[in-house]
Amino acid sequence: MDTFVLISITGVGLGALYFLVASGLSLIYGLMGVLNFAHGTFLVVGAFVGLWMSTQVFHTNSTFAFIVSMIVGGIGAGIFALIMEQLLITRLYNRHIDQALVTVGVALVVGAVLGGWFTNDLRLLPTPPWFINTVTIGKAFIPVDRFLYILTALALLGIFVGILKFTRIGLIIRAGVENRTMVTALGINVKRAFSAVFFLGGFAAGVGGVLIAAYQGGVTPLMAGSWLIYGFIVVVIGGMGSIGGSAVAALLIGITKQFVNYYIPGLGDFVVVILLVAVLLVRPQGLFGKVSA
Amino acid sequence: MSVLSLKDVHVYIQGSHVLRGVTFEIPSNKVTALLGRNGVGKSTTLKAIMGLRQSTGEITLDGKSIHGKPTYQIVRTGIGYVPEDREIFSMLSVKDNLNIAVRDSEPNFDLVYSLFPELKTRTAQRAGTLSGGQQQMVAISRALLNRNQILLIDEPTKGLAPKLVTEVAESLARVAGESTMLLVEQNLALVKRVAEHILIMDQGKIIFQGEPSHLEDADFVHSMLGVGGRHN
Ligand SMILES: Nc1ncnc2c1ncn2[C@@H]1O[C@H](COP(=O)(O)OP(=O)(O)OP(=O)(O)O)[C@@H](O)[C@H]1O
Ligand SMILES: [Mg+2]
Repeated sequence: MDTFVLISITGVGLGALYFLVASGLSLIYGLMGVLNFAHGTFLVVGAFVGLWMSTQVFHTNSTFAFIVSMIVGGIGAGIFALIMEQLLITRLYNRHIDQALVTVGVALVVGAVLGGWFTNDLRLLPTPPWFINTVTIGKAFIPVDRFLYILTALALLGIFVGILKFTRIGLIIRAGVENRTMVTALGINVKRAFSAVFFLGGFAAGVGGVLIAAYQGGVTPLMAGSWLIYGFIVVVIGGMGSIGGSAVAALLIGITKQFVNYYIPGLGDFVVVILLVAVLLVRPQGLFGKVSA
Repeated sequence: MSVLSLKDVHVYIQGSHVLRGVTFEIPSNKVTALLGRNGVGKSTTLKAIMGLRQSTGEITLDGKSIHGKPTYQIVRTGIGYVPEDREIFSMLSVKDNLNIAVRDSEPNFDLVYSLFPELKTRTAQRAGTLSGGQQQMVAISRALLNRNQILLIDEPTKGLAPKLVTEVAESLARVAGESTMLLVEQNLALVKRVAEHILIMDQGKIIFQGEPSHLEDADFVHSMLGVGGRHN
């Protein structure tokens, strides 16, 4: 029972990190049809900005410093995403293959630049001392940092849902995910929604990057690749363009992976891929995806 | 006075020459019906006006060129568009489908709800779960919420049961009085009822412009549109 609680909660914590990576990826694909291979780069940019804040600006590992670094990391990644969108993606309007290739290029270039500059070694990200504490639930000792991941993901889920449900730009994004052409045929400049989605997606990935750095013990340009793959898996299972789908799929994968790794160490990734294949066979549009027209 | 004018408009789609020099003018405050057999380029003409298909030639709305502008700017000059396949947002509520179409500061919800009272009782319903007729009402309503210079309506009665055809026809007739409309329609009874001017298209060209009274002539209809329209 204690093991069950422990694995469940750490699974949810891991799922929270996956959600931060996947949510923006899902919206960007759903709205614009862009497979964004640079999403992992957003995460790394966020992590490096967060690292810079907490080591160069704050010189302390207080909770306040960490939270602010996380938010600034998110904003940094959001701005990076927006610049990439404005400079590269908008010029390749509706050329989806080219857009995807450009994002691959950005990922490679930024990865190489950061690798050259900082090396690929893990750089320690200062975290508040209480991160290594545990709380006892039943007889299980749960690392408390997991709760921060979960709360952050919930907060961002709330922000996303709030924007999507209650703002005009959110309405445009929801409609655009379904039929972009018709949105423009109603007199709406849908490109503004694209920019909003890139910023928000970049922000979530950047915040995720700082948390992932805390989770992994540090920052390295190599974070981009492995987390991007998980982001894509979450998006495919949850359904392109569905934030709720991403949340459910992220939880499913986080929990599955933790359980499998506990009982059959090392097989977690393998089972996640099996899950992916199963979903693709039974429901190719993903759990919450619409069937595309 | 003409509101919309097309001059020598050509459209190629995947190498095939779909519009082959379309030229016409749409008079203001009248309903102009665009007729023609299946596949002659009626929908493509509307899409070219909307900037949804790349074209060559001249297209002006209210004397100003709209050719080559992005679709959203063209629409903002005052076009209400009801596409052939309705293209409502099926995941969104009826209310959201209408709200997203609002451009004016004082959208005319009263008109829409008086034409289609059914929609008022279904504002929270997901548009994808509406019947085909109700979906068409949503599509037409989106175009009527704003003050437009012209309405472009593509086969509003396509695929509807006879009773709904009548209902949609009634509402079009009601708005027809005070608006400029370019209506693509195969239902000749409806065309005779609302149209004051007709254009007939064949193989990507306008082959006839004139009074709807010509449609009373069976030989004319036969030679221009083939043996009967789809519904008449
Ligand atoms: N996306 C497309 N790809 C290829 N061909 C197309 C496309 N859209 C239209 N066409 C072709 O262009 C021609 C004109 O099509 P259009 O839809 O304008 O006809 P229409 O007059 O509206 O016909 P209908 O009465 O059946 O709606 C047709 O031959 C059609 O096959
Ligand atoms: Mg058509």
